[in-house]
Amino acid sequence: MTLLKINNLSKSFGGLKAVSKLNINIEKGELIGLIGPNGAGKTTIFNLLTGVYVPTEGEILFEEKNIAGLKPYQVTHRGIARTFQNIRLFGDLSVIDNVKIALHQHAKYSTLSAIFRMPSYYKGEDEMEAKSKELLKIFNLQGQAQEIAKNLPYGEQRRLEIARALATDPKLLLLDEPAAGMNPQETQELTNLIRFIREKFQLTVLLIEHDMSLVMQVCERIYVLDYGMIIAEGVPKEIKSNPKVIEAYLGEEVD
Amino acid sequence: MKHWFQTKNMIVLFGVVLIYGIVQLLNLNDIMPPFFQLNLILACVYIIMAASLNLINGITGQFSIGHAGFMSIGAYTSAIVTAKLGGPLYLALIAGALSAGIAGVLIGLPTLRLKGDYLAIATLGLGEIVRVIFMNIDYVGGASGLSVPSTINWTWAFSLMVISVIAIHNFTTSTHGRACISIRENEIAAEAMGINSTKYKVLAFAIGSMFAGLAGGIYANYMYLIHPLTFNFLKSFDILVMVVLGGLGSLTGSIIGAIVMTFTSALLSGLSEWRLVITAVLMVVLMIFRPIGIMGTKEFSLNFLGKKGERNDSSQNK
Repeated sequence: MTLLKINNLSKSFGGLKAVSKLNINIEKGELIGLIGPNGAGKTTIFNLLTGVYVPTEGEILFEEKNIAGLKPYQVTHRGIARTFQNIRLFGDLSVIDNVKIALHQHAKYSTLSAIFRMPSYYKGEDEMEAKSKELLKIFNLQGQAQEIAKNLPYGEQRRLEIARALATDPKLLLLDEPAAGMNPQETQELTNLIRFIREKFQLTVLLIEHDMSLVMQVCERIYVLDYGMIIAEGVPKEIKSNPKVIEAYLGEEVD
Repeated sequence: MKHWFQTKNMIVLFGVVLIYGIVQLLNLNDIMPPFFQLNLILACVYIIMAASLNLINGITGQFSIGHAGFMSIGAYTSAIVTAKLGGPLYLALIAGALSAGIAGVLIGLPTLRLKGDYLAIATLGLGEIVRVIFMNIDYVGGASGLSVPSTINWTWAFSLMVISVIAIHNFTTSTHGRACISIRENEIAAEAMGINSTKYKVLAFAIGSMFAGLAGGIYANYMYLIHPLTFNFLKSFDILVMVVLGGLGSLTGSIIGAIVMTFTSALLSGLSEWRLVITAVLMVVLMIFRPIGIMGTKEFSLNFLGKKGERNDSSQNK
């Protein structure tokens, strides 16, 4: 079953075509990589998918419904969650509050029952507390639950961002360079983690990454983007030997 | 209901009742000088004002400096109910709070699209517009003001202040309050986590305005006379100073800030022209030595009484 279908998606900023005539198909349960040189338009695609930008033309079908033009929070309610290339945690809040905020859309009590402290408030808060602790445990952050998010080491901040995204209960998870700034060992752990959460939460994952070892290890299919256009698509093995891809990354061969 | 009677809440309740009782006892036996009675009630009014502005500025991070405008809407509405229509006080206070809350929604919807400095200027302007409107309505006395019978006493002012603070605290420590805080922390991330930022900005603005209206109602029904100039932008700045002094984002800080500022002004009332200078110097000194305000974003809490690591469990429900 197709989960995400992007048809002829384009985005221009003035005269610059950041993304043009993009077509992507993602089946349910797949783990897809999106790679390309710097400035190819990868993050722009994420921003289009999550409603940060409104597409100039084309449509984005998520579960067969067009989500192009929705606000970011509406896209999240439909079931797409993301992480950011430059980490955007709620820095001054505790780790567990970061996760709880992402649980907000599933909150079961109203503003009034919060102000009057009705039983539904306590029940709702207890559920959120339990659920966020559970998530933190999966990401091995349970010990840091009360710590301020910005004081965490870089790798843990990245993990927390993924945990927070998962708290929104997504069907599709978009990871924007999850391994950026990680050392090889952390990258290896992340690779295993991505595989694990995909099984556990039955996710479909689309990830942008520059770390080729990670991309080649976990991704089942890869799209290669250059100058806002898809230049190649296929399984990791095909991509590795595709002359167009090599050209995009390393430049043309000299005769 | 068992949550309502935690040890912590009981201690807070005891403290609140103790303060009320002592002041009430002094009032009844005529030991309290009238000057102090006045300032204690003003302190209650300003605590409500500071706590509600903190909800907008400190918790949700939307820099509004037109808070006196909402106070005046509440003050005039409740004054009309009591002085003009002869209605009961409680109805007047409810009407004042609701009208200011509705005004908050109407003003918040267009202005909260603005950010930072632009929002500050827009709210400043709106506060002044409200004042000029009241200045030009003859029904409420125009520039000469409107006289209102003084029916508010210490019991009314103190209990309404406690109710307001509890309501704002309870809102802040719920998932809806966390949604507001997430907007302050990072609006883009908040939206990506499924939080409708417009809705929560307007909600915080409406709740903040509503309590400012309530404070205005208390003020109007205590002071004998309300006057458009009482609610000029200097009043908005006074409230803002209280919030910043106490620490943006800290409710207990706002309470401390309001008390400190009310009594500093009272002590300096003999040297009227120096009052503003001395408060300004105080602010400069504070900003040099403690730029985050007295409390920072932290709350004064009784957590040291509870077990460590249960911060969230024990900070609920004042």
